[in-house]
Amino acid sequence: MEFKFSEENLQKIEQILKKYPTKQAAVMPVLYIAQEQNGWISKEVMIETASVLEMNEEDVFGVATFYTMYHKKEMGKNHIQVCTNVSCMLRGGYQIYDAVKEKLGLDNGEVSTDKKFSLEEVECMGSCGTAPMIAVNEDYFENLDKEKALQILDSLN
Amino acid sequence: MEKIVLPEIENFHQLDVYLQNGGYEAAKSAFKQTTDQIIDTVKKSGLRGRGGAAFSAGLKWSFMPKNNDKPKYLCVNGDESEPGSFKDRQILERNPHQLIEGTIIACYAIGAKSAYIYVRGEYHKWIKLLQKALDDAYEKGFVGEKMKETFATDFMCNIYVHKGAGAYICGEESALMNSIEGQRGYPRIKPPFPAQNGLWGNPTTINNVETITNIPPIIKKGWEWFSAIGEPKHPGTILFGVSGHVNNPGVFELPSGTLLTDIIYKYAGGVIGDKKIKCVIPGGSSMPPLRGDQLEGVKMDAESLKAVGSAIGTGGVMVMDEDTDLVRVLARIAKFYYHESCGQCTPCREGTGWMLKILNRIVRGEGTKKDIDLLVTIAKNIEGNTVCALGDAAAWPVKFMIERFRVEFEAIVKDEVSLEPKNKVHSMRKTANPIAPVQV
Ligand SMILES: Cc1cc2nc3c(=O)[nH]c(=O)nc-3n(C[C@H](O)[C@H](O)[C@H](O)COP(=O)(O)O)c2cc1C
Ligand code: SF4
Ligand code: FES
Repeated sequence: MEFKFSEENLQKIEQILKKYPTKQAAVMPVLYIAQEQNGWISKEVMIETASVLEMNEEDVFGVATFYTMYHKKEMGKNHIQVCTNVSCMLRGGYQIYDAVKEKLGLDNGEVSTDKKFSLEEVECMGSCGTAPMIAVNEDYFENLDKEKALQILDSLN
Repeated sequence: MEKIVLPEIENFHQLDVYLQNGGYEAAKSAFKQTTDQIIDTVKKSGLRGRGGAAFSAGLKWSFMPKNNDKPKYLCVNGDESEPGSFKDRQILERNPHQLIEGTIIACYAIGAKSAYIYVRGEYHKWIKLLQKALDDAYEKGFVGEKMKETFATDFMCNIYVHKGAGAYICGEESALMNSIEGQRGYPRIKPPFPAQNGLWGNPTTINNVETITNIPPIIKKGWEWFSAIGEPKHPGTILFGVSGHVNNPGVFELPSGTLLTDIIYKYAGGVIGDKKIKCVIPGGSSMPPLRGDQLEGVKMDAESLKAVGSAIGTGGVMVMDEDTDLVRVLARIAKFYYHESCGQCTPCREGTGWMLKILNRIVRGEGTKKDIDLLVTIAKNIEGNTVCALGDAAAWPVKFMIERFRVEFEAIVKDEVSLEPKNKVHSMRKTANPIAPVQV
């Protein structure tokens, strides 16, 4: 599908470019803007980003695929991230992960057919002292147990 | 005990409260001194980096070339992705202005006109909080063009927040610079070091968020005051983040050299259910783990931890009780490093995969005694043979976990299986590697 930055976002990009001495340096923030507008980083998004920043398409591909927070496919409206790294694991991170998997019927990286949920097993999120945790899109939910995690899923629409 | 980095003052994150408590006074007094004086003060204070390697901050600053027309840069490292580390987040939330003020002073000292504060992408909320504080500081003229007037100086600097996007390796300083430049986060081969050839090929200093947040109080109260706190060789307070099987996990700001057992029992409320401790990783997942019987008398500072065969790292203390399955813990740690290896060097890219594969086999009960030795061999072959320290970070936990907890591994592996092949394999040459490539 074709992708063009919205007028508003082009203005945002203008502002971002002022932060860096090169256009290429803006690629990460610009990819974030693109992801916000488009929902995910499609091939067309990368091509348009390359053109706006006067970069090689390969270089934009390289960056977009290197970083896990740029989604290379359409994710669910609620992107559920469950941390299973050590500090969470010690306090039940895997119980939560298994329960969430079962409830959503999804495996790592999958998206539900109604596009409402997607699931990702993530590495340490910096909530080890308030473990275990899940994140829904950009929000952290901490000090959880299995029941609380499932309640959070129930509350999402 | 006085808190230097996280003062217990309500709403300290707000600019007006920060100002009521002497905020931006340190910057004011810094601009009345020469840059050499500032660097000298930081050197004498003994402040060491809080990002992992505990390198002298003042010494690092002094490496920045002086009479040189190239633009200079400061990067403040808030990537904070080492498992078990969650301290910089506290600073971003509760004390962003002291971080900003420290950044201003550091920029002045090294002659940088631009600073990038690199914060991990998952910290959306904390990036917003930091950006808000930064906007306020700009508005009140503490940063940017207006600071010349505010501080009556001809120096000015800009501070920008750069948001990461989910890659642990970008915490490594040269990968971090590549990331800011808009490239993949591949670490660079050193030398050249950042002070010569950093961001866009220009002289650059990289410091951790907590390191920089210590600067304003040092400038305000003097190096004598700071160097007298805690252990003389690693002075100041340290943010210890305690996680795992403790009653009261969290971040505790304590003098360096505080006893590890005090951190666990006095501050973090002891072990859940009064169980015994089997293992503690004292500084984030890359650091060598300690056995429960190794903890008595251990002080938390770089030198003391080195003496007992571990390291201070990020001060992230991970506590595991007597019932913890350490083989599974190690397999999880191995999974992390396999996932985060950038793939540039063969020993790290392949070795992390092999170690994970073997550990998973052991967890499934299909490992053999030989596997245990094989793990150690692989770890030793990674260590020291890679471009960046992620290789060592992946190797250490394996090497030391097995060295210190070998019985745990031996208990679940099978005795030797016969290596005689069932069907005879005719091979023209010996295979170079005994292990198959990893499939994921
Ligand atoms: C794989 C890897 C990850 C790292 N991650 C971080 C990090 O998230 N934050 C940090 O401050 N330092 C991190 N470091 C250390 C930095 O390379 C660098 O030494 C540090 O930011 C310097 O700051 P300091 O001297 O103030 O400690 C990491 C190092 C490696 C090898
Ligand atoms: S040691 Fe690992 S993470 Fe570091 S540069 Fe080499 S492959 Fe990349
Ligand atoms: S281990 Fe889960 S947040 Fe750190």
